[in-house]
Amino acid sequence: MRLSFPHMGNLYIPIKTFFESLGIEVVVPPLSNKETLELGVKHSPEFACLPLKVNIGNMIQALEKGANTIVMAGGVGPCRFGYYSEVQREILSDLGYDFEMIVLDPPKGNLLKLVKNIKRLIGDNSFKKIWFSARLAWKKAVLLEELDYADGMARVSKKLNKKKANNLFNYFEKEIDLTVSFDKLQCIENQMKECYHDLTPSFEPIKIGLVGEIYTVLDNFVNMDIKKKLEDWGVYVDKSISLTEWANTNLLLRLLNIHGEKNTEIAARPYLNHFVGGHGLQSVGNTVLYANKKFDGVLHVLPFTCMPEIIAKSILPAVSKKYNIPVLSLVMDEHAADTGLNTRLEAFVDLLCKRKEGMKDEILFRS
Amino acid sequence: MRIGIPRGLLYYLYKPLWEKFFAELGLEVVVSKKTTKNTLKKGIEVTVDDICLPVKIYHGHVISLKDNVDVVFIPRLVSIKNKEFICPKLMGLPDVIRANIKDLPPIIEPTVDLTSSWLGFYRAVFEVGSYFTNKNTVILKAFYKATKNFKNYTQALEKGARPDEILEGCCNLLSNKAKFKILLLGHPYNLYDPFINLNMIKKIENYGARVITPENFTETIFKTHLSKLNKPLFWTLGNKLLAAAYQLKERRDIDGVILLVSFGCGPDSLIGELIERWIRKNTDIPFVLLTIDEHSGDAGLNTRIEAFMDMIERRKAT
Repeated sequence: MRLSFPHMGNLYIPIKTFFESLGIEVVVPPLSNKETLELGVKHSPEFACLPLKVNIGNMIQALEKGANTIVMAGGVGPCRFGYYSEVQREILSDLGYDFEMIVLDPPKGNLLKLVKNIKRLIGDNSFKKIWFSARLAWKKAVLLEELDYADGMARVSKKLNKKKANNLFNYFEKEIDLTVSFDKLQCIENQMKECYHDLTPSFEPIKIGLVGEIYTVLDNFVNMDIKKKLEDWGVYVDKSISLTEWANTNLLLRLLNIHGEKNTEIAARPYLNHFVGGHGLQSVGNTVLYANKKFDGVLHVLPFTCMPEIIAKSILPAVSKKYNIPVLSLVMDEHAADTGLNTRLEAFVDLLCKRKEGMKDEILFRS
Repeated sequence: MRIGIPRGLLYYLYKPLWEKFFAELGLEVVVSKKTTKNTLKKGIEVTVDDICLPVKIYHGHVISLKDNVDVVFIPRLVSIKNKEFICPKLMGLPDVIRANIKDLPPIIEPTVDLTSSWLGFYRAVFEVGSYFTNKNTVILKAFYKATKNFKNYTQALEKGARPDEILEGCCNLLSNKAKFKILLLGHPYNLYDPFINLNMIKKIENYGARVITPENFTETIFKTHLSKLNKPLFWTLGNKLLAAAYQLKERRDIDGVILLVSFGCGPDSLIGELIERWIRKNTDIPFVLLTIDEHSGDAGLNTRIEAFMDMIERRKAT
């Protein structure tokens, strides 16, 4: 079995670690790039949302690299993501690829099938080994998030210039990726603490909350590195969605059925009173929470035609008005371009600066 | 008391149920007038640009109603079948309307959610009924009469009448006289609002064809054909389209398939792809996908329908 999976941010590092330490050969598709997108757009339905198109591109590139099995997450609706796997299987087999697709649906759909599919993936590995692999992968996911945060603070506080920050980030990401033991990971963590110390900025930065659809928030290719871009301008960006937190609430708590109502849902209630799929409800709720936390603005990112986020986009102006917090919705698709994004972001940050008088000089607009 | 029902979205499926129910409760039912250019204009003014055309038009209908009625009926239709959903946009509809339109009368917004329990439907019925009366027997009686009315309607549909014909009261079953049979696939709010689809049914029938729609098929057809699916689909309206397409392999009497989707429709972007691939692989029936939005023009649509019907006529002749 030569296993592959589509990309979402740097999720490939923990997933690869998990399967490789189970002794499965893993083919990681090339990191999403222009060619990936071109392939995806060419073979996907026109109005499908961007994640599907990028996924198709990833899968084609993985199959070309020799993969013969693809793992894909499923879902039970109402967001389109839940049915991606079926459409992708059709598209790829019509293109003539010979492969198998293993879809991991949440237990709400069909528990037996899920267990069977997981069993096919993990094979005859002992429970001890699976536990070890899962813990290693989890540790890496946590470290990657710490790295992301530290890198962001280093940029915001201007303790590192853009080039140095990039180099350091790439170095650590690669180290985390290649490590296979806990001891070594601990070393890397210590090393990280040394390199990224004293990150508190000497000024009070503009604070922006990033809300929206999970894939667009987490995948830096799709959101065109929006977080780093802002951080290089000295703007602090808080991601409302993190992978480990998502996995905690959605995989663990929901499985054990001790998942209670979250703060975001309560905060969203006066504006959106029902789950609408994906992260639509969270986008509204988090905007309210950011306003309460006195953030200066909220960025809302979504792929073009994303259903849950269009609902959020319709409602956010009302929230923005009520809480007096600027909200900018950015729609991403295959035609989005760097320049267009930059102009809008600059104007938005300008506006936030003007609102927060006295801050202007601290912020360098071009690095 | 006057209750307003916007003529949009699932009104076209549930008119006989809703109208009868409210009338039996002793309310004066006001349905907004048929969609016009003005409805669309009003709707576009208040909505975000990436939401789909039917929802924009629905906003227009709510605006035209809001000053003439005491309450508006905007149900939150989450799920009308176990383990299935309608569409995220309908799940958030009352909230979106409230955020977009100012000075609204009170909204009656029952949540119809059958994902976890079949009781969800009855809960919604009593929720709505209790706004107007506190006598449960009155609600039950009204509900009984409404369901009876609705059953007659669905039976007529299964016999081959189309919702637009029944709602207009001009049922002429010319299926025997028609030269061709065209299967028009799409969501009810697109198919039965002649303004949205630029009078497409009329246009096709002018070529001597009889148009049949997914509403003409029985529940059993859906069940048998959907069991073929690798993974159950979780959109009720999408399931209808898929099943209607899947049965084409056994049916010899359909001469062409038109799939009508609104621009940016989420479920249809995937289902359309699946249907198209399936029809191409398994049948030799001509298929065309037509996308509509607020910029659609008569001329563009005419050309396409004309070309499609010409092709079918020629195929039939040879």
